[in-house]
Amino acid sequence: MKKLMIDLVYFAWVRERIGISKETLETNAQTVAELIDELKAREERYALAFEDISALRVAVDQELSAFDASLDGVREVAFFPPMTGG
Amino acid sequence: MSVRVQSEPFDPGKELSQFSRLVSGAGAIVTFTGVVRDEDGTLNHMMIEHYPAMTGPAIEAIEKEAIGRWNLSASLVIHRYGALSPGDQIMMVATASRHRAHAFAAAEFLMDYLKSRAPFWKKEFTADGAYWVTAKDEDEDALKRW
Repeated sequence: MKKLMIDLVYFAWVRERIGISKETLETNAQTVAELIDELKAREERYALAFEDISALRVAVDQELSAFDASLDGVREVAFFPPMTGG
Repeated sequence: MSVRVQSEPFDPGKELSQFSRLVSGAGAIVTFTGVVRDEDGTLNHMMIEHYPAMTGPAIEAIEKEAIGRWNLSASLVIHRYGALSPGDQIMMVATASRHRAHAFAAAEFLMDYLKSRAPFWKKEFTADGAYWVTAKDEDEDALKRW
């Protein structure tokens, strides 16, 4: 399985719960969902941030994506709550 | 088509004059300006966070979609981030078209999509504490009409 280096960015309360706004991770995860499982297993603060996936949105290389999206060739994954612009 | 994401305040009157000069052939110009509510005096200030690498491209995609659906001669979106106080302008949308129906519809479309598809998050600071503004179901439902 090929290891990926992925930049992770967090916004709003996801950033606050995890305690950092970005980090780079070396991972075996092949999809966003697998990446989330890996993060949740790391530490309590990640488990807390990813507790309820329905309250989260994900962008893969700056495009809104589904949680089953592949990480193949991906450089940046962002996690955040539903957007509140306007 | 133009997008500006900025922390600095803007003057809606000046923006409208400038926009009007650019679209002299258009018969209709619609603008919408969003202003920070004071929430009956309880709001102290608001912080708007955004995702710089995504914000511009996401708004441009929304504008492009609007231009594809309606006959627009120009459009403008300004959206602020950072600290804002009650009464401050948060954002502005302007659309220009030959006829008003297109300008109105496109402005509403832009507003609906900016609400839930542009990567901004608002945190309100009140006397009781600080709270992230939660997205409303009706904001998501508003997209279905398009």
